[in-house]
Amino acid sequence: MSSEWPLWEVFIRGQHGLNHRHVGSLHAPDAEMAMNNARDVYTRRNEGVSIWVVRSADITASSPSDKGPMFEPSNSKVYRHPTFYDIPDEVGHM
Amino acid sequence: MYAQMVKSEATNDDPALLEAFQARVDANEKIEPKEWMPEGYRKTLIRQIGQHAHSEIVGQLPEGNWITRAPTLERKAILLAKVQDEAGHGLYLYCAAETLGISRDEMTEMLLSGRMKYSSIFNYPTLTWADIGAVGWLVDGAAIMNQVPLQRTSFGPYSRAMIRICKEESFHQRQGYDIMMKMAKGTPEQKEMAQDALNRFWYPSLMMFGPSDKDSVHSAQSMAWKIKINTNDELRQKFVDQTVPQAEYLGLTVPDPELKWNEEKGGHDFSEPDWSEFYDVLQGNGPCNRDRIEARQKAWEDGAWVRDAMVAHAEKRAAKRIATE
Amino acid sequence: MPSLPDIMTPDAEALAKAAGKGRRVTLPAGSPEHDLFTGLTRMGDNTLILGHRVSEWCGHAPVLEEDIALANVALDMIGQTQLWLGLAGTVEGHGRSADDLAFLRDAWHFRNLLLVERPNRDFGHTLMRQFLFDAWHQPMLKALEGSSDDRIGEIALKAGKEVAYHLERSADLVIRLGDGTEESHAKMKDALERLWPYAGEMFLADEVDVRLAHEGLMPDPAGIRPAWDETVAEILAEATLNRPDSDFAHKGGKQGRHTEDLGHLLTSMQWLQRAYPGATW
Repeated sequence: MSSEWPLWEVFIRGQHGLNHRHVGSLHAPDAEMAMNNARDVYTRRNEGVSIWVVRSADITASSPSDKGPMFEPSNSKVYRHPTFYDIPDEVGHM
Repeated sequence: MYAQMVKSEATNDDPALLEAFQARVDANEKIEPKEWMPEGYRKTLIRQIGQHAHSEIVGQLPEGNWITRAPTLERKAILLAKVQDEAGHGLYLYCAAETLGISRDEMTEMLLSGRMKYSSIFNYPTLTWADIGAVGWLVDGAAIMNQVPLQRTSFGPYSRAMIRICKEESFHQRQGYDIMMKMAKGTPEQKEMAQDALNRFWYPSLMMFGPSDKDSVHSAQSMAWKIKINTNDELRQKFVDQTVPQAEYLGLTVPDPELKWNEEKGGHDFSEPDWSEFYDVLQGNGPCNRDRIEARQKAWEDGAWVRDAMVAHAEKRAAKRIATE
Repeated sequence: MPSLPDIMTPDAEALAKAAGKGRRVTLPAGSPEHDLFTGLTRMGDNTLILGHRVSEWCGHAPVLEEDIALANVALDMIGQTQLWLGLAGTVEGHGRSADDLAFLRDAWHFRNLLLVERPNRDFGHTLMRQFLFDAWHQPMLKALEGSSDDRIGEIALKAGKEVAYHLERSADLVIRLGDGTEESHAKMKDALERLWPYAGEMFLADEVDVRLAHEGLMPDPAGIRPAWDETVAEILAEATLNRPDSDFAHKGGKQGRHTEDLGHLLTSMQWLQRAYPGATW
């Protein structure tokens, strides 16, 4: 059996200048073809203006067991969120 | 359904881990690929998602059968875009299954060797243009019944694939019904074709949901894990109740003399499909089983040199790049 | 004994009329409208027939990603067909729609290049055919953007964007398969040799082309050749394929003299419209 094309992760920036978002994966023999395939597979409905492709094997992911230590500390830093602050109505929109 | 008769796999894991896992599922948390999961959960999902993916791919064939004969340029474009979507949906689902530690090629080999199944419905032929209408209306209609709730399934990649699929599929059933409307309101021959298509696809569509599973242990386990959301009977009932008025609007007759509204249960009473036919089809004795697998086999074998050459060329390019760096 | 009807029976004429749009007498040959109609059907029939051929792959490609990509190419070409043949119908002025032209003309009224009706054979052959066509189609559309008829310029501009990507993709795949494995190289070499005799027709002008070029409506096909030669030379070199020596060219498609393959293609494509005349779908 022949060797399977490697897997790539596809990230697309939508029409409105937002961040690139992970939309899915696909197989391709190299980056150039991954890019073409991403265009054909993931922008059939005019979804994107910019594409990134990354080999799945090259992604370093946080380990699930670190989920507590990695993300919970920021839960207690409520002062990072605008709603933490009470601004009197008279001041107007801030 | 696209995934029929999926047996849930037994699981022999640490009871404490199992309990914690179940608590997460019950709290509607999504399970992600690298997180701990019961072995049975992983295996059942591979089987279910794989079968779903295979159904999309084999499902290209009966509709693809009419792409070259579509009656107008617009119909040709619509049908081609729809069958192309099926390929895309198969691709998304294979990718979801791949996060569980199986490759697309492995799943393909299992499909071709008969170790993995696809939906019974795609073993029926598309004989007239009205069948393309009926497939969109009934087969996609039945599939949507199942896929919409599956957007809430517990496995993250599966759920995300289903969300994308449901969004894209929204036009599939409508285009099928649109064909049926043109046929049912067309010439007498067109209307006859439309009725004939409904006659042939009605019971196979009901079979898509699988036999009653209200007492099935497998089904109970899958439902607890939220990889199955409704029972087969619930979905089938919902499908019939939704479809009957649509048939009436078309002026077509559902081929079931027992069909009638039951005020008390707030739904239709209807005849069961012939389950012996269903099991025959699953055993490989449907009208098109052999043709479908042979078509996939041929595409796979004929394409091998292409896939190999692309890898060989990519390696050459990479080597050249390194040499110039 | 009643006499047998002969071919001069008035009924024959009535029958021909009743047979409808497919047999409508068209514009007088040599008139400016007829020339333009011919030029437009040449464009539209190319995309119709090649789009049809490519759509035959749906569900059968070597890998899912390619299945999806090929369908995109076919969809673009079907869309372009609707525009070209739609305009052809308008120019003709007899009320024929793009669908009437696609589904109700017989082979000898089709004006596509012979190249595009050649059967798919294997994936490499399909891609080589696509590449040879795209390498012509792109500069052709570029030239059409400057047509003295704005309607043509608009279609060419829209189609040109799609075709630029078709060419990028088909050229890339020809390179990859040409310079892939020994087996793929051999298949691409074979495909090139089979298709090469059908490439020359793209650049042969007839009197219709000459008049259209004179009016600034459509370019002289010979003028497309340098751009095509350049692209083909570059891509074939990268693909490690040699340009065949012979420049022999099969021709006739643009004038309605086709290969046997077209009739079979039309037999499937036109089946429903022919079997149920007058029905709407």
